[in-house]
Amino acid sequence: MKKTLFDKIWDSHVVESIPDGPDILYIDKHLIHEVTSPQAFNELKERDISVFRSGQIVATADHNTPTENQHLPVKDLLSRKQLKELTQNCEDNNITLYGLGHPYNGIVHVMAPELGITQPGMTMVCGDSHTSTHGAFGTIAFGIGTSQVSQVFASQCLLVEKPKKLRVNVDGKLKKGVLPKDVILYIISKLGTNSGTGYFCEYAGNVFEEMSMEGRMTVCNMSIEMGARGGLIAPDETTFEYVKDKEFAPKAEDFEAIKAYWETLKTDEDAEFDQEYTFEAEDIEPMITYGTNPGMGIKITGAIPMEGGKSDAKALAYMGFKPGESLLDKTINWIFIGSCTNSRIEDFREAAAYIKGKQKAENVNALIVPGSRQVAAQIEAEGLREVFENAGFTLRQPGCSACLAMNDDKIPAGEYCVSTSNRNFEGRQGQGSRTILASPLTAAATAVSGKLTDFTKNLN
Amino acid sequence: MEKFITLTDTAVPLEIENVDTDQIIPARFLKATDKSGFGENLFRDWRFDSNDEPNPEFALNKSEYKGAILVAGDNFGCGSSREHAAWAIKAYGFKVVVSSYFADIFKGNALNNGLLPVQVSPKFLELLFIEITKDPSVEIKVDLEAQEISIPKKDISESFDIDPYKKTCMINGFDDIDFLVSKLDAIKEFETKRSQKLQATKPL
Ligand code: SF4
Repeated sequence: MKKTLFDKIWDSHVVESIPDGPDILYIDKHLIHEVTSPQAFNELKERDISVFRSGQIVATADHNTPTENQHLPVKDLLSRKQLKELTQNCEDNNITLYGLGHPYNGIVHVMAPELGITQPGMTMVCGDSHTSTHGAFGTIAFGIGTSQVSQVFASQCLLVEKPKKLRVNVDGKLKKGVLPKDVILYIISKLGTNSGTGYFCEYAGNVFEEMSMEGRMTVCNMSIEMGARGGLIAPDETTFEYVKDKEFAPKAEDFEAIKAYWETLKTDEDAEFDQEYTFEAEDIEPMITYGTNPGMGIKITGAIPMEGGKSDAKALAYMGFKPGESLLDKTINWIFIGSCTNSRIEDFREAAAYIKGKQKAENVNALIVPGSRQVAAQIEAEGLREVFENAGFTLRQPGCSACLAMNDDKIPAGEYCVSTSNRNFEGRQGQGSRTILASPLTAAATAVSGKLTDFTKNLN
Repeated sequence: MEKFITLTDTAVPLEIENVDTDQIIPARFLKATDKSGFGENLFRDWRFDSNDEPNPEFALNKSEYKGAILVAGDNFGCGSSREHAAWAIKAYGFKVVVSSYFADIFKGNALNNGLLPVQVSPKFLELLFIEITKDPSVEIKVDLEAQEISIPKKDISESFDIDPYKKTCMINGFDDIDFLVSKLDAIKEFETKRSQKLQATKPL
């Protein structure tokens, strides 16, 4: 039978299929962090079960960590306790932890790929919905709840029903100023936030083939925002080049041998999908969201749709917008470039290239938070720090930061923030905060003008 | 895990669509390292205003609405994978959530915690909202064995789907860890038998 990329990886990881029930799916890599693991460790302790395959687990501290003075003890007592518990649990169970201050520390979905922990053909899970990010490598990667974290601890497996298959094709040539973030915001604005429920999504077409690994990660990251369990892109030379020579990637002949296998990981011609959508690259423009879910997106020069259900009115009231309104020239006081969606080196290069020689507007607080220590080091090495600082931007230490505002990085109530993160939910960036999702370029341009502008006119 | 077989109770109507897990339990309450206490902060920013005063307009604060059944708008539980959302709903006292759509991860989390997600048609959901708001004391019956949700007094009912494996788990109060641990031999065998190529993806 013709198989999709997804089928090939899934089927090779099924230990057993329960009749009339889920599959027992073997998990190659399990990533954990401080927020969703403590209760899972407790569960094991209560049942007197030990971690089955500690060598396949990697931990980081990211969600709850401060982005200033990381060398000092964490001020917030609850956060400190959570981090301490993570360290203790990792020690007790022989799990590798790249804690705060470690050169490999970073947001779980940024650090694992850049260390070569993420590789094509794997199954990966993490107690975090944006685990879908790793699908960029041709990996089945998805977020799980804490009960499932304890299941993987106990058995390196999960009981899961095989999702249905969806393919989203985008072909053509992207316009100037249109970044991977715009592509995925566009797709979600067209399909809606639950179009992917029950599916795993493959992205196909020359737009994704030509994208960098960073761009592919941005796209796969937001698969969950259309409800899909995960997204994936067939691995190719771009993928192999990226993985090669990474810390944990197979080396020399081992690499060549496994690469031969990775090359077989693509959807067979004529393989069937349960659902398929196709878009033209030329139709996509820089995107922003105007509401309180990531599906409520328009092009930056567009107007908020007139029609809308009950929740649209609720969302617009929260955001302080009206149906039919254009958001051009809207004053914006905050921008945030960071989060596992857009905090990789390419994102900062893109932003820095626009900002260079310019100044942020007076009214704007511009927060730059790299996704990992390694990205931070690269920012330094490439001289981007000066660019940001000369322009008046604040560069912080790595972590999830204002993406979910568990630490002190919060957007004040009522203020608008053009953010490169992935969720514009009510209060996501701090109680009462109003999030407008966009690409790093849109965020940078907004910081410079102090309002939403059609910056594509200034691009050469 | 607690068993669930059938439940007849009044319901609380939450007529909001796309209720995401950030609303169910905001991130600032995720710092706990155990499962207790999340019920107090369920829907925190909707239930309370910025001075921590209850918002009288919010369904959970209206004295006429009580019961262990939460009836919510379409696409319930979207967003983050935080299981804290299911814990908070459970800790508050709900045993069933009814909606016309559930986000995948939330649904799994709920089932793993003995909280039953009942997916109904948009039409039936509409009907539930009408009946509950018309008469808050109206009882709703959720029969897991028969996979049926009904308003006995009105003779209105609809059947619902549930994965047969999950249904067995809920009815018997089993959970997935017990099951997976019983399969460890098969899992070890799979590890030795899997192809060399896959082996290479294994060690860190
Ligand atoms: S950056 Fe945001 S979305 Fe990504 S893992 Fe952290 S909190 Fe989650």
